[in-house]
Parts: sequence; C-alpha cells; structure tokens
Amino acid sequence: MSLSFYDVELDSRLLLGTSLYPSPQIMLDAIAASGSDIVTVSLRRESSTEKSGQAFWSLIKSANVRVLPNTAGCRGVKEAVNTAHMARELFGTPWIKLEVIGEDDTLQPDVFGLVEAARILSDDGFHVFPYTTDDLVVADRLLNAGCRVLMPWGAPIGSGRGLNNPYALSSMRAHFPDVPLVVDAGIGLPSHAAAAMELGYDAVLLNTAVARAGDPVAMARAFALAVESGRTAWQADPMMPRDMAAPSTPVLGTPFRDL
Amino acid sequence: MKIQINGETQQVECNTLHELLEHLGHGASTVATAVNQEFVPISEREQYRLSTDDSVDIIAPMSGG
Repeated sequence: MSLSFYDVELDSRLLLGTSLYPSPQIMLDAIAASGSDIVTVSLRRESSTEKSGQAFWSLIKSANVRVLPNTAGCRGVKEAVNTAHMARELFGTPWIKLEVIGEDDTLQPDVFGLVEAARILSDDGFHVFPYTTDDLVVADRLLNAGCRVLMPWGAPIGSGRGLNNPYALSSMRAHFPDVPLVVDAGIGLPSHAAAAMELGYDAVLLNTAVARAGDPVAMARAFALAVESGRTAWQADPMMPRDMAAPSTPVLGTPFRDL
Repeated sequence: MKIQINGETQQVECNTLHELLEHLGHGASTVATAVNQEFVPISEREQYRLSTDDSVDIIAPMSGG
C-alpha cells in the first residue's frame, strides 16, 4: 500500500531536509539521489540587498518536489502559529511541520505548546505534521487536536544517535496502527532508518545525516536503499527472536551420528 | 517615522506596509510579513497603516530540516 499524508499519495518513504549541504548543487543532487517526494524548508528574515531567500526558493522549485515548511526555532504557541501562517502564504501549502521547542540542550518538543498550536492550526485548515516525542498520551492529544500524521523523534535533532527508545516507538506503532507515523530527527545512519522502517514506521525524515556526510549524494542513495529495505522487511513479517539456538540445517540424517 | 525592520531601527517615510515593501525593493519578491509579531497577509498590506515604533518582520524561504 502506498504512503499517504492528508490524502496525498507519495512514492517515497524518505523525507529529506534542505539544510547544511556543502553547496546548492549538491543539495539538488542529493534530493534526486534520495528519490524523496518531500523536502523540508523553513523561513528567515530577508535582506533587501541580498534576497537570498528568492534564490533558494527558485532552486527548490526546480527540484520538482513537494515542500513541507517547518516552524523550526519557535519556542511558543503564538510564535509557531504566526510562523505557520507566513509559511502557508510563502510556500502555498497547508502542510506544516510543527515544531515548538521546549528545551535547548535536547531541542525536545514542548508537548503542551505543541498540542495547543496543533489545535489552533488544524482548526484554521492547516495539515499539521507535529514533531513530537514518543509519548502515547501526547500522541493521542495531537490526534484529538486534528493531526492525521505523527512524527516522533528518534533522538535529539542533529545528534545522529539513531533510535534512542525502540520500545517506545514500537508501542506507538502498535497503539496507532492506522496513523501515518514518521520517525523525525536523530537518525545518523542508513541502518537507523532501516530499523525504524522494520518497526513498521511509514517513513523517516532526516537532514544532517545526508548533508554532513563526506559524500551527501552517495549517502542520500544509501538512505533510499535502507528505507526501501526496511519497509520490505516489515512487509515480509520478520521472525521473532528467541533466547536459545535452533539449528537451521536439518539434524535428521547427519552423517556419523546415531540418534 | 522610526520603525524596526527585521530587528534594525530605520527611519522611513511610508504610510502602509505595502509602501514599505516597495520602498525596500521587495515589491516582486516572495516574502511574508508580520508586524509586532502578528502575521499580516498579502491581502491586508495595502490597508495596513504603520505607526512609529512598529516592528516589521519581512520573511523569505530558507533551507530547513
């Protein structure tokens, strides 16, 4: 079954960020190599002399992908809501990756502000992609607020630590079997992305792991393969682990052994 | 009139937000605006009258994760 966010069907299960690349061309090549349908973008103050925002926007439009604007850096509900409105006007999409940051060292979401902002924005017609923790109660509140996608963190943004709490992520998958779930943030290696997909997650979102690789284009391809591999493994219904060994070669008829 | 534009104090002679954007060369640009931390949509810029000490944010697309 294909992936769908807010009734938009997508081919790729890898969402890619657009920050931190060595050059604009490498960013475009990495997007192409990743096969991503969606890239994340943001907003900043525009200088009347440089107008670098216009150049960036032209570049992204040339990549022919959907954009998912974020509210990165917002620390309060009002700030996030106003940023979302500006993003909707700038990028022409109701999609918003909602970030309300509550703590500097971990960039952990302020889940109380997140739920409040999600409700305000959903009521105003936004399609909210909330960057959240793996807390089930918060997830439930976000769904009640109108979210139809959840994006729990794997580890703190930019840390590259992978999945800090696979048990909690598994619980979320089991608890919300019909909600599109995206692991967002903390992924450092393709194996982390594959692990998220093997847990049954619908997609992964990452940026730094590709942009800061020695060869971002090759790494984008590696992540695309890992996501596809992990998804296929999930669909193939993996075996359950067990505590003791079990021979894979049939024992019956083993030479020189009388049983 | 003294106002803040993207955090910097400037002296400008513009009555509306639309006039300010034209004055700054943002007329044809893809920008969003906020005044005093409140979003002001494109459709309201021509009517939006600026006052002394207003804080105007002019926002454009940028890369993001």
